[in-house]
Amino acid sequence: MEALSFQQALQQSILSANLIPILPEILLSVLAMVLLLVNVFAPAGQKSYLNYISFFGIVVTGILVAVGWGGHIESFSGSVVLDNFATFFKLIFLVSAGLAILIADQYMEREGCNHGELYPLILFTVVGMMLMASGTDLMTIFLGLEVMSVSLYVLAGFNRGSIKSNEAGLKYFLLGAFSTGFLLYGMALIYGATGTTRIAKIAVQVGQMSLPSANIMLLAGMLLMLTGFAFKVAAAPFHMWTPDVYEGAPTPITAFMSAGPKAAGFAAALRIFLVALPTMQVEWSQVFWVLAVLTMTVGNITALRQDNIKRMLAYSSIAHAGYALVGFAAGNPTGTAGILFYMLSYSFMNIGAFAIIILVGKKGESNGTVQDFAGFGVKHPVLAVAMSIFLFSLAGMPPTAGFIGKFYLFSGAVQKGYIWLAIIGVLNSAASVYYYLRVMVYMYMKDSTEEFDWMQLTVPMALCVAIAVAGSLIPGIVPSFILQFAQQAVRLI
Amino acid sequence: MSNLLSLTTFLPVLGVLLLLFIPKDSKGTLRNVTFATTVVTFLVSLPIMFGFQTNAEFQFVENVPWIAAGPFKMRYFIGIDGISLWLVMLTTFIMPIAVLSTYTAVEEKVKEYMILLLLLETGMLGAFISLDMFLFYIFWEVMLIPMYFMIGIWGGKNRIYAAVKFFIYTMVGSLLMLVALMYLYFKGLEAGFTNFGLLQFFNLNLPLSTQTWLFLAFALAFAIKVPMFPLHTWLPDAHTEAPTAGSVILAAILLKMGTYGYVRFAIPLFPEAAHKFAPLIATLAVIGIIYAALVAMVQEDVKKLVAYSSVAHLGFVMLGVFAFNVEGITGGMLQMINHGISTGALFLIVGFIYERRHTRLITDFGGLSKQMPVFATIFMIVTFSSIGLPGTNGFVGEFLVLIGAFESQLRWWTVIASSGVILSAVYMLWVFQRVMFGELDNPKNQKLADLNAREISIMVPLIIMIFVMGIYPKPFIDTMEPAIKKLVSQVRTTRMSARSDSLPAIPAGHPGMPAAPASAPLPEGHAPSAVNPHHPQ
Repeated sequence: MEALSFQQALQQSILSANLIPILPEILLSVLAMVLLLVNVFAPAGQKSYLNYISFFGIVVTGILVAVGWGGHIESFSGSVVLDNFATFFKLIFLVSAGLAILIADQYMEREGCNHGELYPLILFTVVGMMLMASGTDLMTIFLGLEVMSVSLYVLAGFNRGSIKSNEAGLKYFLLGAFSTGFLLYGMALIYGATGTTRIAKIAVQVGQMSLPSANIMLLAGMLLMLTGFAFKVAAAPFHMWTPDVYEGAPTPITAFMSAGPKAAGFAAALRIFLVALPTMQVEWSQVFWVLAVLTMTVGNITALRQDNIKRMLAYSSIAHAGYALVGFAAGNPTGTAGILFYMLSYSFMNIGAFAIIILVGKKGESNGTVQDFAGFGVKHPVLAVAMSIFLFSLAGMPPTAGFIGKFYLFSGAVQKGYIWLAIIGVLNSAASVYYYLRVMVYMYMKDSTEEFDWMQLTVPMALCVAIAVAGSLIPGIVPSFILQFAQQAVRLI
Repeated sequence: MSNLLSLTTFLPVLGVLLLLFIPKDSKGTLRNVTFATTVVTFLVSLPIMFGFQTNAEFQFVENVPWIAAGPFKMRYFIGIDGISLWLVMLTTFIMPIAVLSTYTAVEEKVKEYMILLLLLETGMLGAFISLDMFLFYIFWEVMLIPMYFMIGIWGGKNRIYAAVKFFIYTMVGSLLMLVALMYLYFKGLEAGFTNFGLLQFFNLNLPLSTQTWLFLAFALAFAIKVPMFPLHTWLPDAHTEAPTAGSVILAAILLKMGTYGYVRFAIPLFPEAAHKFAPLIATLAVIGIIYAALVAMVQEDVKKLVAYSSVAHLGFVMLGVFAFNVEGITGGMLQMINHGISTGALFLIVGFIYERRHTRLITDFGGLSKQMPVFATIFMIVTFSSIGLPGTNGFVGEFLVLIGAFESQLRWWTVIASSGVILSAVYMLWVFQRVMFGELDNPKNQKLADLNAREISIMVPLIIMIFVMGIYPKPFIDTMEPAIKKLVSQVRTTRMSARSDSLPAIPAGHPGMPAAPASAPLPEGHAPSAVNPHHPQ
């Protein structure tokens, strides 16, 4: 690196500080801080409007992000970038956060933990995730990851009165901190091997090496980073925290965690591995191959035996990370665009499913079982159809978004020549059908023991379900629009 | 009309939209609207049959872009030839009958049942007319969902087990086919194809080893659906547990998806591999014929017996198809239609007595012919059709299959399979005898009412078809033949060209097989002179 005095460096970074790329982050941060203040002065027990304000903020940010489509602006001396890749992922985060906020109010009210801090924390999480997606410097990415993770640790333990929620928070914190250590150590080693943390410069440095995999420091750095990301996206064998955390955390947070932060992990990992380390694709793609197989298989096989529906979806979310890893292992535009598409669809279908779970659940009984759904199809046919759509989408049945997503992920693998990976993937998919069908078996084919009279469908809840249904169904029938965006997004990184 | 096929396919969905606005308690209206929808669909499909020109080309073609992203381009590309025409007609013909049969059989959740029936019709029609492989796959999978719910919600005691088994069995097969589809697509890209259009892939000369794997993946998916021995075990469960209309549709149409898949996809796409595996598949088909017939013989449940007879009948279809000659495939195709009619009728008959007595055990019956003469007559005609008595439809198909297969490399298989004809007569006549003749000793049977007007009107169209196709099958064979001849010659030429590298892929001057320029555009919508299937789309 060229030697710069501290003053020069400071000058340079201020001069090059174009704020436009991080405008959405700024907007959300300001909103979050304002909400925190408002919350202090607001009368207790009247927190619902925070919900509306933050949802509105998400929508406005979404529009702002969408406007930036097609642009390419680097800022902060190339440590943050506004490009289609970042924009696409930011929209995924906003979708998942928006849907989670819609379902949060009712649940938190029911469980008696509707503290106003919830919404600022979700917004901060989104800010962190956005930084991860737009960061082009290992440090920016790490900062984003920490902002996201710290907010999530608190969110996981948000239901202070519940032991399980506390357990979830603590477990997530301990294992998360551990995995962050891996990640940071990996980044440090990469810095040691290449002398820079800028992703583009790493690519140049690594590109100049005649045999990058022979560089032990680089290789170790790569593998450690990979481990860190594998923790974050809950890939087997680094998935052990997931079921407990997902089960213990308040359900809206579980829904959010399984969609948004997972996508953020993929965003950062995609950028690092595809942009900084393309010359080592042979090495990392083999590792991802193995990770994908393990993750899919472990997730699906364990999900088969779950009665607790949150736990089942937690394991299924591990499996879904595995499907996305198939696209990662392929590493070609088809597969990586598949990841983008899949993460977006997954946000819709998974949060939609969690919304129904919240509706069916009773107070204090946050951990419903599959059996609780007995007769749901007769008592609430519309909601049951919505749930079926989510489940079919999760199972990857046409004509849903889940099918198109899997189609692109697996065909990416086939295109790359990883036929066996695709075969293992589809067989996993077939196995997963069993436990998704099981919910439908209870919904439609068992007689109801309950009247479901405690259920109340609030407006935000109905809105969330409606959006989620549209998001899981429409891209399944006319997917071109989103798929083309995803293709453009991965072309530019 | 240029988009008659689309109209036929999606009319049932319109019916579904209509049903959504009808309150769930007005069961009569729900039933009538559904029945009307299926009848209108049938009427709309009639111009397709009459307007169909007897040649080998695809007709009523519609071809518009659908998905385009990344390496993939999918089109909404549909059309029918002589092979799919009759399956489409069978579907639209059977559906009103199936709906009519539910008028008294289904009393609970009528609305949902009717919606599923209509969705199922769209799925089945869509699969028969798709000429884009991706589109086909979508319809192929979509069909599973309504059938799953129909078995699982309205089925018998073991319905959940049967429904889940049905779903997962079929899913495993089709997902492997999906991987094969992807692989095939990328092979096509290498050869310069730009989309999933099926017909161009017939000209793709793949090496035998590749063909083998792809064929196996396709063949597994279709074999599960047919179902072929030893993958048939989901069928008796599904059939026994399904409600009558479900069984009728399953037997009459859904099972044809498998055999149709072989004729339309697996064989022309991978002709060499198909030839290579013909002995194996014929062996399984023959085992299926004999084994299923033997198992059917000892069944105590009439419905299970009919279900196993399905396995045997479809064994004949497979034998004919894998004879790879015009007679064999024509026989197979006819047998598909025949089986749809006669086994559909058999399931309806089982449904009639089940509604009256709520049992299907053969031992609970006996002497019914005295009490129910009309029923006995109809049952007898259908039984004859099922065992292939000359004069009924079953004879023509079975005869052609056996002739075709005997003239092919499958001569010895045919000899064994012929004994299946006798076995089918044994179990069918035996069950008829035990149910219909003998002493009317069971007091519960002594007050049974004969078929009512609705039930008779359900059966009459089927009976008519049994005789029409049995006495004058010429129009059916004539419309099928050009398409089948083309299939046969296509398979032969592709094989020959693959064997000797010096020969061009398609012999010059062969009628109907010009080497089309790659840039030839395909007209959108219906072209009266139809589309040459060898143009890349």
